[in-house]
Amino acid sequence: MAQTGALGDKIFRAVLLLAATSILLIVAGIFVMMVQNAMPTIGRFGIGFLFGSEWKPAQEEFGALPFIYGTLVSSVLALIISVPISLGIAIFLVEQAPKGIAKPIAFMVELLAAIPSVVYGLWGIFVLAPFIREYLGPVLQGYLGFIPLFQGRVTGIGMLTGGIILALMITPIITAVVRDVLEAVPTTQREAALALGATKWETTTIVLGNAASGIAGAVVLGLGRAIGETMAVTMVIGNSPQISASLFEPANTIASLLAANFAEATDRTYLSALIEIGLVLFLVTFVVNAFAKILVMGVASRNGKAA
Amino acid sequence: MTSLTAICAAFVTGLLLLIIGYIAIRGFSSINFQFLTDTPKPVGEGGGIGNSILGSAMMTLLAAVIGLPVGIAAGVYLAEYGRNWYGNTIRFVADTLIGIPSIIIGIFIYTLVVLPMGRQSGLAGGLALAVIMIPIVARTTEEMIKLVPSSMREGALALGAPQWRVSWNIVLPAAASGIATGAMLAIARVTGETAPLLFTALNSRFYNYYLDQPMSSLTVQIFNYATGPFEVEHAMAWAATLILVGTILIINVLVRTVTKRRY
Amino acid sequence: MENKIRVSNLNFFYGKAQALYDISLEVPEREVIAFIGPSGCGKSTFLRTLNRMNDTIPIARVAGDVIIDGENIYAPGTDVVALRRKVGMVFQKSNPFPKSIFENVAYGIRINGIHTSKTDLNERVEKALHDAALWNEVKDRLNTSAFGLSGGQQQRLCIARALAVQPEVILMDEPASALDPIATQKIEELVVELKRDYTIVIVTHNMHQASRVSDRTAFFMLGKLIEYNKTEKMFQNPDDRMTEDYITGRFG
Repeated sequence: MAQTGALGDKIFRAVLLLAATSILLIVAGIFVMMVQNAMPTIGRFGIGFLFGSEWKPAQEEFGALPFIYGTLVSSVLALIISVPISLGIAIFLVEQAPKGIAKPIAFMVELLAAIPSVVYGLWGIFVLAPFIREYLGPVLQGYLGFIPLFQGRVTGIGMLTGGIILALMITPIITAVVRDVLEAVPTTQREAALALGATKWETTTIVLGNAASGIAGAVVLGLGRAIGETMAVTMVIGNSPQISASLFEPANTIASLLAANFAEATDRTYLSALIEIGLVLFLVTFVVNAFAKILVMGVASRNGKAA
Repeated sequence: MTSLTAICAAFVTGLLLLIIGYIAIRGFSSINFQFLTDTPKPVGEGGGIGNSILGSAMMTLLAAVIGLPVGIAAGVYLAEYGRNWYGNTIRFVADTLIGIPSIIIGIFIYTLVVLPMGRQSGLAGGLALAVIMIPIVARTTEEMIKLVPSSMREGALALGAPQWRVSWNIVLPAAASGIATGAMLAIARVTGETAPLLFTALNSRFYNYYLDQPMSSLTVQIFNYATGPFEVEHAMAWAATLILVGTILIINVLVRTVTKRRY
Repeated sequence: MENKIRVSNLNFFYGKAQALYDISLEVPEREVIAFIGPSGCGKSTFLRTLNRMNDTIPIARVAGDVIIDGENIYAPGTDVVALRRKVGMVFQKSNPFPKSIFENVAYGIRINGIHTSKTDLNERVEKALHDAALWNEVKDRLNTSAFGLSGGQQQRLCIARALAVQPEVILMDEPASALDPIATQKIEELVVELKRDYTIVIVTHNMHQASRVSDRTAFFMLGKLIEYNKTEKMFQNPDDRMTEDYITGRFG
């Protein structure tokens, strides 16, 4: 005897399955298409592509190192600035602020994530860069100028500006995840600590300890975003493929390189080189995001909540 | 320590207000009707962003037409049939795909659509935005469906409804307002995307109604104006930004305040 | 009288944990059977084996036979959807759909394709609402949301919804546990009324309710059926010592 509605069930399920599978196909497609189109330079330059420090498309010389360096340094800079601030906001929202204040602030921080990248870039060029050139740069140089990081000419366009803009952009993401992670820590833990005579702040440190791997996940997630962030960085970092110790000097990231040059790359080898460096970016962000997800999932499941 | 965390919160919310305020002041001073309807002109002859607004709208619409049904269907699959290794794999890959830089999606569509077609097009731009939408919509849809009480599902099953009927005319309508919220936020998100359009849709100086031709967008136009050398172009960048950010923030604020939870 | 449902040696497992042990019992047609017992005794689990509602739980497993109208509902190839149409269910917490009052009742009629015309559909909805003693309270607002009804009204709407698909058996899982005394009384009167046309199995934690509405009562404890008897006999002179202890309130 056939099940009533069995045919409908089958068709319905098949359609949904197809849609869900499209997500796998997209990711597989990204990988396959990029590998295929990067084949010319993968074959020609091999692993040396990653370590070459000269990028001269006209001479068919492609070394990805300056971009990898720029991506790493700007991302780490962003984390150094953003993580303490994000943690502060999340702790304030979950552990300290009364509901009436926490809600609107959480909402505003979320709005920060809704502003498009290109708008941050615009703001970076016309507000942040002049601010760094006129005020922040000279002050830093005045006090810390003996460190190579803060030497050189301050134009306002360069690594530091890129890092600051990135920090601003990843703050809402890190804050949101840390908030979720802190909220997943059971109230009973806080009560247990308070009942032992711990102060409010000591209690918070216990909560933070409990949420440590989730917070690490949030930081890694922020790193993933910073690595891949494109427009805003492109607009303020100066797009110069050099490795310089100074944070005031212009630099370049993988994503910025792609944004600024891809449209003009008509030459087959040049295009292949750009796609290959894009492939590096894809693989790195994929792994970083997967790692972040695993870290965050750990905390959520330990406390009996779905991620 | 409390004051320190409060300062962090105040600092970041202050920055948001500063950014929005600055956009409003700079933007308002160069907006007029002609600017909203005209096409770009050589420097000094005025011009506007009418074609960019149209292009953004067309590509976002195309993305929604493709991305919403696929994303929602994938989300329903994850919620209704996804409690197995395959569902877990898709969930994991979707979350990871959400975090992949959108410029990579641009390269993907470039190799998949632009190279075979031989030129950039609104179609390629819209497809890139659709790819960005699908995993976002899928995950929010799944979350919204999981909020539907299982008692409602059981009620329909107990009446002799086949599984697909339960999903289609009980669970989906019950989750509809939540799914619509997620869809609107996803639309707002792709409206602000620039990187995936740079070399898929490229740009255009004219009103273009055909999807197989290069197409302008607000975001790419802002990028071009902002990085150009002329003061008048910078002013136009601010004005276009006011339109873009205004649209996106209005969608965000409306959707988040208007939607009520029913259960 | 003929037996509508015959259960023999039914065992039920959640994964490795056994929830029901060797249950055997027979339910005569057009009677009300009450299941009583302390929380967690398995009475609701047992009820849900009668329309295979436990199928929705992936780790659930059933061994034994449940025979309704001569057919074993656990036989391979059983049409579960058709079974659930024949064996309706009313849940502990009222669960109307997010639709209008009319559409709630019409839903089961529509999906099962019972009606012949628009007028027929209207008549069936009206009859079901009459039978559930709700018609007079809702006839002027059939197109308003079902969420606007009171708790008791929502539960009667769910009963009307179940009646509309013309089941033969109605399973009720503590249908009045979330209701106030007046609403509870209405549901109880309704159960007695419905007995004329339907076989009813009702789970209740309220022993007075069991004695008021049922013809027979089954007492469960720790997943075992302790005693199954005529309600009158059960409440006046039970065979089993444990039943007596439970009924007189010595535990539970």
